[in-house]
Amino acid sequence: MSTNTEKQTPLLQVIDLHTSFKTDKGEVKAVNGVSYTLEAGKSLGIVGESGSGKSVSAYSIMQILDGNGHITQGKVLFKGEDITNYTAKQMEDFRGKHCSMIFQDPMTSLNPVYTVGNQITEAIRTHNKNVSQKEADEKAREMLELVGINEAGRRLKQYPHELSGGMRQRVMIAMALVSEPSILIADEPTTALDVTIQAQILELMMDLQKKLGMAIIIVTHDLGVIAQMSDEIVVMYGGRICERGTAEDIFYNPCHEYTKGLLRSIPSASNMKKKLVPIAGSPINLLNMPEGCAFCARCDAAMKVCLKQVPPELRIDDTHLASCWINVRDKKYREEALA
Amino acid sequence: MSSEYLVEVKDLKQYFPIRTGMFKKTMLKAVDGVNFSIKPGETLGLVGESGCGKTTVGRTLLRLYKPTGGEIYYDGNLITDQNMLQYRSKMQMVFQDPYSSLDPRMTVEEIIGEPLDVHKLCANSKDRRDKILSLMELVGLNAEHATRYVHEFSGGQRQRIGIARALAVDPKFIVCDEAVSALDVSIQAQVINMFEELQEKLGVAYLFIAHDLLVVRHISNRIAVMYLGRVVETADADELSDAPIHPYTQSLLSAVPIPDPKIAKSSSRIILEGDVPSPLNMPSGCAFRTRCRFATEQCAKECPSLTDRGGSHMVACWNK
Repeated sequence: MSTNTEKQTPLLQVIDLHTSFKTDKGEVKAVNGVSYTLEAGKSLGIVGESGSGKSVSAYSIMQILDGNGHITQGKVLFKGEDITNYTAKQMEDFRGKHCSMIFQDPMTSLNPVYTVGNQITEAIRTHNKNVSQKEADEKAREMLELVGINEAGRRLKQYPHELSGGMRQRVMIAMALVSEPSILIADEPTTALDVTIQAQILELMMDLQKKLGMAIIIVTHDLGVIAQMSDEIVVMYGGRICERGTAEDIFYNPCHEYTKGLLRSIPSASNMKKKLVPIAGSPINLLNMPEGCAFCARCDAAMKVCLKQVPPELRIDDTHLASCWINVRDKKYREEALA
Repeated sequence: MSSEYLVEVKDLKQYFPIRTGMFKKTMLKAVDGVNFSIKPGETLGLVGESGCGKTTVGRTLLRLYKPTGGEIYYDGNLITDQNMLQYRSKMQMVFQDPYSSLDPRMTVEEIIGEPLDVHKLCANSKDRRDKILSLMELVGLNAEHATRYVHEFSGGQRQRIGIARALAVDPKFIVCDEAVSALDVSIQAQVINMFEELQEKLGVAYLFIAHDLLVVRHISNRIAVMYLGRVVETADADELSDAPIHPYTQSLLSAVPIPDPKIAKSSSRIILEGDVPSPLNMPSGCAFRTRCRFATEQCAKECPSLTDRGGSHMVACWNK
């Protein structure tokens, strides 16, 4: 593996990232040693429940955390360069030009008092000062057409409140892609939308990925969306990664008790007539993290070691890694764990 | 008087006046001629996109709104113009958002006890206390939770409190309006299982309103699909999911992302174009024709009504 990474630098590498927030009740460690790699042109899905740190890990890449949050440890390498020590000016350049983001609620992420055209041309001219207003207008129209908005000329003059939810999300995508970034981060991009509109937006994102060749990080709690969109998947719980691998690894050969539980608890064609098997207990309180595995309090298969020690990340196969003590029972992995 | 059906709705209409100018009012037809019936102990799933009127159906059914037209029967009795107090103890509701539907100033005991007091169901305070504790046990809450306030609970536990409150009066029918939508996946399964177990134990019937089709299919015996205020298809849950007839149901089902990478990446989707039209400016005839692949001239002229396609599979479409 190590020789491989030396040969060709991946587009984005997150290495042992820790992000925490200072609150009145104490330090909340929202992201606790997260590592993943994104290859150019590929899709990475990050899945987890609320409070699992999935969004914060994405915000950390963009360094758009709230005032009380910072990266306390770890690196984010973009084309091999650590961007966590970038200056504010350098970060500004990184955002939009190399990496853009779209959010769950397009209504709150668009400015209600400016027209759509105004906001898109602003994005264009911020990143490229040499573009004239007229050229920017033309480019904005092209972008709206690219994201499948009819009558682009008329839409440019409208305000966000005049557009439907699906249309607003298309505008957000158009705005994110004006500078042709190599990474698009989508944080729950379709959670606020109806299924038929969700299907439109997901289709659009996949289409644009083919056309423009950008890499996508999609953050969601919806296992259906993840299955459809991702080449690789990261499963998070309590600020840590439980398991990562290709979509097939995660769905067909889950090796972490949390992933297994998650897949058992969703209704699917195979368990329609059966009772669902829920995960017992309540989501974790990040202020009160256990000493060992974050999931052990809700895990049916928990062992003594789970209470005491955070499980190491074990390699299941070339593409598949899991952090669960249950795999250590298997002789194959025991040596690696002890080493 | 009693009948085969516990709840029956005939040609239910619910219009809301909307101001569209200084003196102008337009009628928003949120529900426009809906028919369905629910047998005792059965679950009817009601699905559709936001704005299709599914929540309004649930609320009008319990007479939280005064219906503009149509008839609602409970156990054979017409309740459209009745005093609802006697029926409130038989028909209850569980809301979507367990954060805003529970009073933050009340303890769990007070929340569950309130319907008991309103309907005077307890002989004395000991009886009341016992009832509350047995309800809490029924929905999986500990007795020590009784004196706590709502903010001390997680989303899943709050939904349990809301369900205990609905069950307090021993209802025969519960409207569950997006009751599991706000919950995390792992918690959702707990609450779905609880709904199913309560039905087995107590024989309650549900109108289960939700937008998540996989969840609805799992919990329902039959499913009704709504589009812009009308029911376009009803059938047995499996039949509707495996062999949908109405073009809207077909596209709705094909839009659901399946949590299985091989199926999700290979399946061909019917992607609907455009958005749902505004209910203030409804298309003539069939409301779905503006987005339908099979629309013909007839669709614009006349609105199709539900017709039986065998095995009580009802579809409202001219071309299918």
